[in-house]
Amino acid sequence: MSPRAQKWVISGPPLGYLLIFFAIPTFIMVLASFRFAGEFGGLAPLVGTGNPDELSGLTFENYQRFFEDAIYLELFLKSFIYATVTTLLCLGVAYPLALMIARSDKRWRELLVLLVILPFWSNFLIRVYAWMIILGPQSGFARAVNGVLGAFGAEPIPLLYSPIAVIIGLVYVHLPFMVLPLYVNLEKHDPALLDAAQDLGAGAWQRFWKVTFPLSLPGVYAGAALVFIPALGIFAIPDILGGTDGILIGNVIKQQFLDARDWPFGSVLSMVLTVLAILFAGLAAWVARHQRI
Amino acid sequence: MALLEIRDVTRRFGDFVAVDGVSLSIGAGEFFTLLGPSGCGKTTLLRMIAGFDQPDAGSIEIDGKNMVGVPPEDRNVHTVFQSYALFPHMTVEQNVSFPLRMSKCPQAELGPRVREALEDVSLLGMEKRYPNELSGGQRQRVALARALINRPKLLLLDEPLAALDAKLKERMQLELITLQKEVGVTFIYVTHDQEEALALSHRIAVMNKGKVEQLDQPATIYGFPKNRFVADFIGECNLLDCTVSAVTDGTMFLDVEQLGRVIATGANGTTADTKGALALRPEKVSIARELPAESCVNRFNGRIFDYLYTGDVTLYIVEVENGRRVEVMLPNNAVGRSSKFFEPGDAVQIGWRDDAGSFLPD
Repeated sequence: MSPRAQKWVISGPPLGYLLIFFAIPTFIMVLASFRFAGEFGGLAPLVGTGNPDELSGLTFENYQRFFEDAIYLELFLKSFIYATVTTLLCLGVAYPLALMIARSDKRWRELLVLLVILPFWSNFLIRVYAWMIILGPQSGFARAVNGVLGAFGAEPIPLLYSPIAVIIGLVYVHLPFMVLPLYVNLEKHDPALLDAAQDLGAGAWQRFWKVTFPLSLPGVYAGAALVFIPALGIFAIPDILGGTDGILIGNVIKQQFLDARDWPFGSVLSMVLTVLAILFAGLAAWVARHQRI
Repeated sequence: MALLEIRDVTRRFGDFVAVDGVSLSIGAGEFFTLLGPSGCGKTTLLRMIAGFDQPDAGSIEIDGKNMVGVPPEDRNVHTVFQSYALFPHMTVEQNVSFPLRMSKCPQAELGPRVREALEDVSLLGMEKRYPNELSGGQRQRVALARALINRPKLLLLDEPLAALDAKLKERMQLELITLQKEVGVTFIYVTHDQEEALALSHRIAVMNKGKVEQLDQPATIYGFPKNRFVADFIGECNLLDCTVSAVTDGTMFLDVEQLGRVIATGANGTTADTKGALALRPEKVSIARELPAESCVNRFNGRIFDYLYTGDVTLYIVEVENGRRVEVMLPNNAVGRSSKFFEPGDAVQIGWRDDAGSFLPD
């Protein structure tokens, strides 16, 4: 086989996969965002039958509608804030965990990593429903929290169907996606560098901020991208834990496709989300490349 | 008073005794080498001096202050690691200024002091480079500049030249000697390379199995090894098993197995019937087709069994009449195209003076 043919045999299947399941659907979605909604859901035909009552062809109407109503931009902003808070909390929880695993005895590391990914073995929805029980008003957890609040004289707060519940759910679900890239990065660090830093007069805190943290930035960026982007578009968690006010942009997209049956507008929202996600991923990649590691 | 005083230091890892009751006294400005095979305890001892490890027994004093329990960041001791351990995310400048920044040195002083440190190791102009843009020798110099910038009392070097090729190694050895003289900092150098130790050090402690076998100046270590281990570990050496048959006026008569009667000086109270070995350096043995009469008291006939040609010298293995093989070194100083003197099978005479070797009692 010629080297050229070899190249195609190797890269052909993944290319084909991406074409069929990513490029073509994206193209269909781009096209759908410029079309009219069908009378009974779906899409109006591209080429009309000549009936003057029938909508057909392409239009900017859907995009106009998006920019005219502030509620959609507000929802994007709200989703952005939730995703940012989730990413920061995940980083705060995952970093010590990943560091602990990376610095533990070699015999234990694999087991500890396994424990991090263990939740993946049970269904995503079941795990989120479990939080409904944990955060529900009759749960021991909610009572304990409100008991502590009561001791300080504060009114009891409902945990379930609140922004707190959504954030807890988002952090819980995305945590492994932050832990794993951080662990993979931290595990590769040469322990001699920490010895050298200590030898040259750096205390524990300085060793972390001057050596470990800057060297772990690629892991931080990778983890942040893996958490932020899915958290931006998620709908299942706000659906289950967020209550009526808890919806995020992902819920609206879902509603447009399934309930309102307005595919073109759902496509517009998806397009905006996709563009935002690409921008953030690009930004993360740019920052990572301009940091020297 | 010595700068570094190590007293009866012992360090165990489980059943394994890595350092076994070592006592050393190292003076200010000294270039001191811990030499030994891998696993002899030299690196463990170095880590205890740096503070990364604590002795199970004994004391380590720097400038008269007990250092046991003091963490590495609070010791005025820096280490040059075998892997250099340069911070990959920092430039040369940032690496070298690291110790100053850790000790809260004023910002204005950083620039000039980094310049000075880089000048010491001839690396000016490399300030903005990152470690992965430097050659092995340059990384070595950055590590040295970084460890010396705030003039520690002691600089510990853990096999710092092991990763360099032979030519560069030799150049760095010369530079290390000059640098140590210039900065006047006490160097403690760990190596398993005996040539390096002999070339660099003021004094050498030869270590084996956690103990110091001999502590002396390089010439004494090489010329007068105290025991079989030192004789064998440092350089090439013939170790001829023998028994003392008689001693008169400080002269020993040795019965060497498979060789015969040998006369040696330096009895030092050795009595007859003592068993031991005669340590004889190959370059102290003369070799010729016929040695001039009266040139050596010990003289044997033999044949060239084999040789190792190494360019400047050739190591001949001579089998003497009674079957013993003796290594003899000869500089290849013959004029002409073939600089070697003998071929295998040639009949030769070998001989050495009575003070050429040293007797090592068992």
